[in-house]
Amino acid sequence: MPDPLLRLQNLSKRFETPNGFLKKPRSMLAVRDVSLSIARGEVVGVVGESGCGKSTLARLALCLLEPSGGSVSFDGADLTGLRARELRRMRQRMTMVFQDPYSSLDPRYRIADAVAEPFAVQGLPVPAGRIAELLSKVGLPASMADSYPHQLSGGQRQRVGIARALALNPDFVVLDEPTASLDVSIQAQIIALIQGLQADLGLTYLFISHDLGLVRYFCTRIVVMYLGAVVEELPDPQAAPRHPYTATLLASTFAPDPAERKQLSELTDEVPSAFDLPKGCAFAGRCPKVTERCRVTVPQLSDGEHPVACFYPL
Amino acid sequence: MKVGTFDTRSGAIARALATPKGVIAGGWLFLVVFVAIFAPYLTPYDYDIQNLPNAFAPPSAAHWLGTDEFGRDLLTRIMYGARTSLSVSSVAIGISVFCGMCLGAAAGFFGGWFDRAVTVAVDLTWSFPEILVALILVAIMGPGVTGTMIAIGVAYLAQFTRLTRAQIMAIKSETFVEASRSLGAGHGYILFRHLLPNALTPVIVAAMLATGDAIILEATLGFFGLGAQPPTPSWGALMSSGTAQLFKAPWIIILPGVAVAVTVFAINLFGDALVRALDVRAGLREA
Repeated sequence: MPDPLLRLQNLSKRFETPNGFLKKPRSMLAVRDVSLSIARGEVVGVVGESGCGKSTLARLALCLLEPSGGSVSFDGADLTGLRARELRRMRQRMTMVFQDPYSSLDPRYRIADAVAEPFAVQGLPVPAGRIAELLSKVGLPASMADSYPHQLSGGQRQRVGIARALALNPDFVVLDEPTASLDVSIQAQIIALIQGLQADLGLTYLFISHDLGLVRYFCTRIVVMYLGAVVEELPDPQAAPRHPYTATLLASTFAPDPAERKQLSELTDEVPSAFDLPKGCAFAGRCPKVTERCRVTVPQLSDGEHPVACFYPL
Repeated sequence: MKVGTFDTRSGAIARALATPKGVIAGGWLFLVVFVAIFAPYLTPYDYDIQNLPNAFAPPSAAHWLGTDEFGRDLLTRIMYGARTSLSVSSVAIGISVFCGMCLGAAAGFFGGWFDRAVTVAVDLTWSFPEILVALILVAIMGPGVTGTMIAIGVAYLAQFTRLTRAQIMAIKSETFVEASRSLGAGHGYILFRHLLPNALTPVIVAAMLATGDAIILEATLGFFGLGAQPPTPSWGALMSSGTAQLFKAPWIIILPGVAVAVTVFAINLFGDALVRALDVRAGLREA
């Protein structure tokens, strides 16, 4: 890949429970050895069940969390080695849209203040008319500038969150399940907005979602995560899954035509605890094609056009 | 379109005053504050000139509330007493709010050993009644207005430290704080532009209610002779001087007591109206 905008190399994140009284601290690997390169203009989707580390990965990509291992580089600069001031400047170019539109806006900030916050934080003057321009870009009337978040609906708030993320014309936006807390009817509008903005502004997206169907609808490349590790990278959204986990994820999305619906979930057991990972493949306990080898050795992500971490890919 | 204003609190006092409770309580408080400030212009007598032949005069046209054991006009002394009571209690609460917010915000925001140290210290003072803390401190610093202010200020410090710390810790985990950080905001921006503005509302209400308690505490210290020293009147000291003539001249102890009770009641009532008025979401009701 020529000159990726964002490059994650062997990224890991370990969380530890605090030292308790008479209690041993336990640690878990939320993200295990994830490598990912995103080229300018790409829309990369990351899918997986809740707790698979996709949100942690999003925060690592923006250096909101310090990685336990590995490195993050953005446009050639190693973010983990940057000083605070340089990282702050870099944040003008990479922003984030959050899942919960209700808590992602400060209740005391008027909409204009929320959208202008990137300027305030960076110590930049707000260009005249920029707030109104941003609001209209995300489909909100300029009259909303003086409203407070509690006067807006969830969808409107998420539009404000998107306007805030775009205020400084970033190159790269991480979208952390931007539609997961919205009504289904609103979800489609927000997805259309996000898609339109990407095309208009030539943005690069890292789109985090638990919904493979949604991600297949508008991402150019899809990364499937399971318990902190990448199990498959689909080179194009319509590629047939090779990992049994991706196949079950795909089978569990609703098809609009009832006749086309497959069995909804083939998965029976619980996801293993991230505190106590199985010895072999993390998916072994739930996999329909499991063999003895899977329970003993961890399959590595293969090279090539369509990488998959499975001994018996489909 | 205004950028840079974070103001939904400005109308709160007006909204509080729009309720019947708020008008009555606010009216009384305004009267007391007005009297306290303009006492020298409003009172026909001097608070400290003795007139012994006229001691223990019952309420009359000349002395509406009667006179005390030295023949001084009781109304005048109650009006001057309002000065002492209000200034001591509000400065004391000012001290506890300011110091408590600084300590609580730093503890809640940075956590770690500082947080643990503050929490232990606060819990330690919290386990004593405020009056005991204040009495110990006045005993150390000696009686007088300044000592009383500091003693009451320290006595209520724990309350505001705990409140601010809890608020900051709750707000710290909100997504908008992470959003601000993702935009490049540093500790200072997050603390002063997000956390403290959001933590302030309950602190304002608590400060209002604590001022009422502080008036009682100041009166108690005054009653024990530890507050303002004679001839400066304070409500507590006035009541104290009335104990000796409880049956001969009951108005000397009862009337300053009424002033304390009504004022504290009004503060609580107004605090109650303020709680409703300060709720940001309550703005929906007026629309």
